[in-house]
Amino acid sequence: MQERVELSHRQINQELLAANLKGPRWWWLLVPALVLVVMGAASAAGYMYNRGLGVTGLNRPIFWGIFIVNFVFWIGISHAGVMLSAILRLSHAEWRRPATRAAELLTVFSLMTAAMFPGIIHPGRPWRIYWTFPFDFSRGIWPDVRSALIWDPSAIFTYLTGSTLFVIIALIPDMAVLRDRTTGVKHVIYRFLSLGWRGTPRQWKLQIVAGILLSALLLPVFVSVHSIVSWDFGMAVSVEGWHATIFAPYFVIGAVLSGVAAVVTMMALMRWAFHWEHYIRPEHFDALGRLLIAIALGWFFFFSLEFMFGLYSLEGPEVSLRQMQMFQMPWGALFITFITTAFFIPITLWQFKRVRRNILLMFLISILVNIGMWLERFLIVVPGLMRKQPLTFVWGGYTPSPVEITLVVASFIFVALMVLLFAKVFPLIPLFDIKEGQVLKDEVQVGRVRVPAVMREE
Amino acid sequence: MAKRSVLGLFKDADSAANGVDALKGLGISPMDYDILTGMPYPDGAFGEPHTQHKLFVFPLVGAICGLAVAILVTAGTQLSYPMVTGGKPILSVPAMAIISYEATLLGAILFTVLGIIFESRLPRMQLGLYDPRITEGYIGLAVSCDERLLGTTEEALKGAGAEEVKHN
Repeated sequence: MQERVELSHRQINQELLAANLKGPRWWWLLVPALVLVVMGAASAAGYMYNRGLGVTGLNRPIFWGIFIVNFVFWIGISHAGVMLSAILRLSHAEWRRPATRAAELLTVFSLMTAAMFPGIIHPGRPWRIYWTFPFDFSRGIWPDVRSALIWDPSAIFTYLTGSTLFVIIALIPDMAVLRDRTTGVKHVIYRFLSLGWRGTPRQWKLQIVAGILLSALLLPVFVSVHSIVSWDFGMAVSVEGWHATIFAPYFVIGAVLSGVAAVVTMMALMRWAFHWEHYIRPEHFDALGRLLIAIALGWFFFFSLEFMFGLYSLEGPEVSLRQMQMFQMPWGALFITFITTAFFIPITLWQFKRVRRNILLMFLISILVNIGMWLERFLIVVPGLMRKQPLTFVWGGYTPSPVEITLVVASFIFVALMVLLFAKVFPLIPLFDIKEGQVLKDEVQVGRVRVPAVMREE
Repeated sequence: MAKRSVLGLFKDADSAANGVDALKGLGISPMDYDILTGMPYPDGAFGEPHTQHKLFVFPLVGAICGLAVAILVTAGTQLSYPMVTGGKPILSVPAMAIISYEATLLGAILFTVLGIIFESRLPRMQLGLYDPRITEGYIGLAVSCDERLLGTTEEALKGAGAEEVKHN
C-alpha cells in the first residue's frame, strides 16, 4: 500500500502549490464559463421568485420535487468528507494523506449547496429565511422546535460551521508555506491568514491534536445530520414509504456511499487536472474501492430491510406504493436504473483489483453510483407523495419544469466552481501531511524482501 | 542586559537535536529557544521538553455552554409563545433533546477551535527571526539569549552543524 516516490520538501511545495502560485491556463477559461452558468441559474431563480412556485412542476399533492431530492443528494455527498477524513485520521490510515482535504472541501461546498435548496430555492420566499432562527424578538413568534423542519437547519448549521472550521484549522500551516513563497499583496494576505504560524513543536502538537479532537466531535454531528434529514420524511406519518423506523441509518449509510464515491470522482479530477500523479496514486483508488465495497454492502442491507419492512406490514397503500415504484412506468425503469447503477454494477466491478486500480474506471463507476443515489432519493420523495387518495382531485403527477432542471444542474456546476476557486487560493492537498508521510516512511527487511513500512504517528 | 535573537538553520533532524543539546550545554533554558519546522515531528524528536496543553478543557466548557444556551432557547421560545401543535406538550423533551444535542456539539467545536488558536499562541503579530527555508525542509533553532552570549550561542549552533546562523 505504499507506492510513493521519494520527494523533497521543495518539490512537494512546487508541485502542490503550482495551482496557487501560477495557475493552469485552463482555469482562466473554465472558471468564467462556470460563473456564466451559475449566473444563468441565478436568473432562473430570480424568475421563479418573481412569478412564484407556479413555474415549477410542483402541484397538489406533490409539493416536494427535485429541489428536495437535490437537497438530500447534496447532504449525502457532504457526508463523505468529514466522515472519511475523520475516520481515516482517527485510525491513522496512512493512505488518508492526499484525500483528507478533498473530502473535507466536498463536505463544505456540498453542504452549502444543499442548504440553498430548502433555504432559499424551494420555499420560493427566500427573504423569510430568518423565520428559521429564533431572533425575531419584536413579533414574539418563534420557530416551532417540535418540527423536524427546524431540527434540520440546526443540524446543518452545526455541521457546516464545524466542517468549515475543521478545514480552516488544517489550512493554517499551509498558509505559512504560501506566505513564505509569495510577495506583495499576496504575501500580506497569506501572512494574515497564517496567523503568524512558525511551526514550533507546540503549534504542531496542537495541530495534530486538533485534527483528532475535531474529527471526534464532528463524527456525531455527521451521523445526526442525515438522521435528521431522514426525519424530515420519517415524521410525516401519513405518507407511505416515508415513515420506516430504519430511515435514519438507511439515509446515513446511503449518504456515506454517495459521498465516498464523490471523493473518488474528485480525486480522479484533481489528479488529471493538476498532474498530481506523485500524490494521488492507484493505491489510493484501490483503498477507496475496498472501502466502497463494505459501504455498498451495508447500504444494500438497509435498503433491502426498508423495502421488506414496507411489504411485510401488508398495508394496502404501502404495498401499492412499492408496486408503483417497481412495476409502473416510468418509476419501474428508474428503479432498475437506480439499483443497477448504485449497487449491482459497482459492487461487481469493485471486486477486481485491476478495476480498483484503474483510475478512469473508478471515476466512471463513482459517477454511476451517484446517478443511482440521486435516483434513489427521487424514488423516495416523489412516488411517496403521488399515492392515490380517496378524493380524485388530489391524484396528480409530477414533471420537473425547465426552471427546476436548470437549478438542479447548476448546483453541480456551483460545487465545481467553488472547488476551483478554492484551488486557486488554497492548496487542495495538505502539504504538511504529505511531508510527514515522506519522513515517517521506512522499509523493513522481511526474509529476502524489503517491504514498505510506516511509523505510526502519535 | 538586552536580549538578542539567533536563528540556526539545520538541514536534518539529527543536527538540529545536536543544536538543542549544545544550547542545553550553554545553560540556555528551554523557555528561551524554539524549534521551527515545516512539518510535525514526533514529540521530543529534538530533545525538547514535551508539550503540555489544556486543550481538552475547551470542548468540555463549550459543550456545557452550548447545552445551556440550547435549553434556554428551546424552552424560552416555546414558553413565550405557547401554541400547541400536533397535540404535543409545549416543552417536548425529545424535540428539545435534538436541538440541544446539536447546540452542545456546536459549542464544543467552537470552543475547541478557540482553544487550538489560544493554546498554539496564535495569532502572532510579529514572526520574529525566521527563514522561509523552514517551510522547505530546513529546521530552524530560534534562540533568545543575552547579548554577551550571542557569539557563544552562534558558535554552539555552528558547531552542532547549523548550515547558517543569523541574528538580529
